Amino acid sequence: MSILVNKDTKVIVQGFTGKEGTFHASQCIEYGTQIVGGVTPGKGGQEHLGRPVFNMVNEAVQATGATVSMIFVPPAFVADAVMEAADAGIELAVIITEGAPVKDMMYAKAYATKKGMNTIGPNCPGVITAEECKIGIMPGFIFKKGPVGLISKSGTLTYEASNQVVKEGLGITTAVGIGGDPIIGLSYKQLLPMFEADPETEAIVMIGEIGGDLEIQAAEYIKEHISKPVVAFIAGQTAPKGKRMGHAGAIISGGSGTAAEKMAALEAAGAKVVVSPADIGKAVKEVLGK
Amino acid sequence: MNIHEYQAKEIFRAYGVPVPRGQVAFTVDEAVEAAKSLGGNLWVVKAQIHAGGRGLGGGVKLAKTIDEVRELADQILGMTLVTHQTGPEGKLVQKIYIEEGADIQKEFYLGMLLDRAAEMPVMMASTEGGMEIEKVAEETPEKIVKVNIDPAIGFQGFHGRQLAFGLGLAKEEIGPFIKFAQALYKVYMDKDAEMIEINPLIKSGDGKFIALDAKMGFDDNALGRHPDILEMRDLSEEEPTEVEAKQHGLSYIKLDGNVGCMVNGAGLAMATMDIIKHEGGEPANFLDVGGGANPETVAKGFEIILKDPNVKAIFVNIFGGIVRCDRVANGILEATKITDVNVPVVVRLDGTNAEEASEILRKSGIENIIPAQDLADGAKKAVEAAK
Repeated sequence: MSILVNKDTKVIVQGFTGKEGTFHASQCIEYGTQIVGGVTPGKGGQEHLGRPVFNMVNEAVQATGATVSMIFVPPAFVADAVMEAADAGIELAVIITEGAPVKDMMYAKAYATKKGMNTIGPNCPGVITAEECKIGIMPGFIFKKGPVGLISKSGTLTYEASNQVVKEGLGITTAVGIGGDPIIGLSYKQLLPMFEADPETEAIVMIGEIGGDLEIQAAEYIKEHISKPVVAFIAGQTAPKGKRMGHAGAIISGGSGTAAEKMAALEAAGAKVVVSPADIGKAVKEVLGK
Repeated sequence: MNIHEYQAKEIFRAYGVPVPRGQVAFTVDEAVEAAKSLGGNLWVVKAQIHAGGRGLGGGVKLAKTIDEVRELADQILGMTLVTHQTGPEGKLVQKIYIEEGADIQKEFYLGMLLDRAAEMPVMMASTEGGMEIEKVAEETPEKIVKVNIDPAIGFQGFHGRQLAFGLGLAKEEIGPFIKFAQALYKVYMDKDAEMIEINPLIKSGDGKFIALDAKMGFDDNALGRHPDILEMRDLSEEEPTEVEAKQHGLSYIKLDGNVGCMVNGAGLAMATMDIIKHEGGEPANFLDVGGGANPETVAKGFEIILKDPNVKAIFVNIFGGIVRCDRVANGILEATKITDVNVPVVVRLDGTNAEEASEILRKSGIENIIPAQDLADGAKKAVEAAK
């Protein structure tokens, strides 16, 4: 088991024939992901990477039975692409593109929610179920199968955490990079119950950062509903106030959204909070008693 | 991206958000001309810098005669204005705004920004005009009225009424206030604003609502569709090294420590700063070299980090994913040829082809490159090297 995606998941790629789309789609195919086709308006009827190309998402869904879309279109077209996917009945859109305007995401997410479509991202590494299905840009080989679920706002920290977990002789069920933009799709609060319900997941690692209050919401949720051990790290303990640390959402504004308050809330909720990012793997091993 | 008060007021004017008449001036003579052409017998001379708290710092003054305008313009232009937002080094005032004096009957606060939890904009109003809103929020939160505006329905009358009644406005004030708030909402949405703050919003003697001050910030990701806003950018208000870094696709923020950091990915870059602190050191910067980490970007990164004289060692922390570590290692060697790196460089490369990479670095024979095993080892060595 795993969450969200597995070896049977059928995936299409929006922005399939572009440079990024082509490179990462072929990496996903190599990993074993069932990429069943792609969408590039105006290139319908062609073949790319041995898969059919469609003009519209609804045509692709009809012809391939895909339920997930991986989105690589340029930032200005992200909202359009997400809404098209939602309209075509896609169940999960994984938005890799960086730099989508906040206003666009506000409209796109509201519409996706109305249509019952989940989203991950934007500006994220994607989602991977170890040794089964990779939908995104993460280096697949780092994710060995094991009992740990991973949720992270940061790409490279996801790799770092997984690497540490694997070095401890453990591994990953599913890892989800949720992105660090001000408006994102699935977050801790929606993903935690999925991991709680997944019989293969025995512990959960959550990696957060400064800005916003998603980690605080997660802490409240963990306190009430999560019985599995949670290891947490919050990046930006040394970040100055009012400065945007790379991610559009990573900013301490008006004194709130600090690492300290998030760490305290998670600690109070019973999570094992590590101060050093080098201790994530060790802490997981400890909470699992292995 | 932020803009100046006079620029924000230009935008307001175009959208029918009432503002006092005013003109920007770059010299004392221009200031005097501006005051003369505005007419009247009361003017406000306002320093134009991006930081808030200008009044308290002595950057906003009233003038009752043209001679006073001249005197104040001379005093404020070229001054280094220190406010709670500029830091102790202050900000050089290069332009001033000359505005007609206003007849203030009541002062309010009105602001708008994204409510991340609600995933829609929120408009906030308070009767505590002129006060710092963070302070009001902390001390008397009941004095702030908030309303979320769902963009699917836009600004409706009830949004306005909720704010107006929340502020305790009199019957005849409600209509003009709602009209003002509605126009402001349109500015926010149309221009992809990230933040608008009017502090104070005043009610004048003749019953009008007027934005006496105006602060605006924009969503950087949306600037591509707003060339008019992009033109308002004032690079002199931004940290020069941060601007230079951005031009090369790097994200850099200067801090006060002595351990320089070069990292791929924003989250790992923050985590690297944290672990340096955890190991007893102080990070000198945040630097995300992005996904590429090729010789040119790495060289540029070294150059930018070394502009800071405090830097005594550099910690290069790269987790190679799609980008192979051996290529990054070669990039680092190339970079040391392009830029003179005269401090110890602790290099931690993990991920794809990490072993080949450490072999390359070992064989290079460059003395000041110190290889590290993992994140903790690298941080320890970097902190040690900076001592």
